[in-house]
Amino acid sequence: MATTEPIELVRSRIEEVDPADAREEIDGGVALVDTREPHEYEEAHLEGGTLVRPEELANRITEVVPDRSQRVVLYCRTGARSARAADLMETELGYEDVASMAGGIIAWQDAGYPVVAAQGMTKDQRMRYSRHTLLPEVGVEGQLKLLNAKVLLVGAGGLGSPAALYLAAAGIGTLGLVDDDVVDESNLQRQVIHTTDRVGEPKTQSAKESIAHLNPDVNVVEHRTRLDADNILEIIEGYDIIVDGADNFPTRYLLNDASVRTRKPVISASILAFDGQISTFVPFEGPCYRCLYPTPPPPELAPSCGAAGVLGVMAGVMGLLQANEVIKLAAGIGEPLIGRLLLYDSLGTRFTELKVKRDPDCPICGPNAPEIPESEMGKFPDYDAFCAGAAVG
Amino acid sequence: MPTVKIPPVLRAQTDGAAEVAADGSTVGEVLRALAEAHPGTAGQLFGSDGALNRYVNVYLNDEDVRVLDGLDTPAVDDDTVVILPAMAGGARS
Repeated sequence: MATTEPIELVRSRIEEVDPADAREEIDGGVALVDTREPHEYEEAHLEGGTLVRPEELANRITEVVPDRSQRVVLYCRTGARSARAADLMETELGYEDVASMAGGIIAWQDAGYPVVAAQGMTKDQRMRYSRHTLLPEVGVEGQLKLLNAKVLLVGAGGLGSPAALYLAAAGIGTLGLVDDDVVDESNLQRQVIHTTDRVGEPKTQSAKESIAHLNPDVNVVEHRTRLDADNILEIIEGYDIIVDGADNFPTRYLLNDASVRTRKPVISASILAFDGQISTFVPFEGPCYRCLYPTPPPPELAPSCGAAGVLGVMAGVMGLLQANEVIKLAAGIGEPLIGRLLLYDSLGTRFTELKVKRDPDCPICGPNAPEIPESEMGKFPDYDAFCAGAAVG
Repeated sequence: MPTVKIPPVLRAQTDGAAEVAADGSTVGEVLRALAEAHPGTAGQLFGSDGALNRYVNVYLNDEDVRVLDGLDTPAVDDDTVVILPAMAGGARS
């Protein structure tokens, strides 16, 4: 598979216009193309734009703009996808005059320019979510926030399965699932989003099928891959909240680093045997994962569930607590587990709460942590080596 | 005397006990008492220099001892010392 070029390189090749200039061209009637996903378009879009999803660009752009010499302005959420689309249109599709709007719809809105926004709920949605909207703390307003939320689940396994089901039930508008694994029979003891007839199927596909049956309102985006330093920023870009159900430490540390850089909250949980842990990391508001665990444990202190076993319901309890945190953050209600580590012992059915503070020496979110310049945003330390190094000595 | 909460990964070294009473007037003394009673825990808790391993978090009741006085943090009878390593789970061994 070809590696994806760094975005800075792509942007250096194409023409970018700022929102002010884009607005002038739009007022003058330029062809405007929105290179995002349908749910993003429905939430808010620039008037007069036509939606062409990035993966459909090559197939559909000539329908939308038949004249390849015509001036086209593209936009997306932050200017990354539209830059890649502009590059593709010029280098491979024969378009002569394409520009990408720098900063995307976010910069457009920051500049105070108008967007066409989503309306309220449909009649079916009002019925479906009535038990939510009855709650004074949620109401229609809160439910609309859930419908507009974009949540990424890292891992469609033990924690991701129950979290995905209940977030889908709650009407979270977009659920991204990151998992490169296939359903295995031993998963079914706890990964309840998957089914016996789907053993062998990719987990993201299986999860998508279950969610489709449960709630067609939800847009499920499959990311059949593992997060790594090269793809993490692009994958998390389109989401507001991240659920960490990863099965290894390097990914957790990488995710922490990337989420702090992009200021995205992460709800992190882990399970083993009869125990679970969960906390909510909101960058700079509370501690980050690195504040809590500055050094990973050596392998003998952190066995996998495959080695040590796990009570199936533990996945449910902790995954649902993660979903609970997502809903609180998305709807802006209640008190999330910021600065709090919740431990659950299922044998004694006991919860313990520990305080977590921001580490003043944290290399990721501390006051002396290095500031990452724009050009270095996509470069991360080698967390595999970091974790392996911790095991030595 | 204070109680030490043993994380699942260390319970094999405490004959399966999830809680162990261990005497001491500081967190450090309590943990060393634990290590004496259950030598299998010593290597997991302490490095060769006798200091607490960096990857083990220790709490006195609900506070990380790093924000208190570390191993010198005083401990009294009804205090609980919690030993907490990180977990990552995962289906694969």
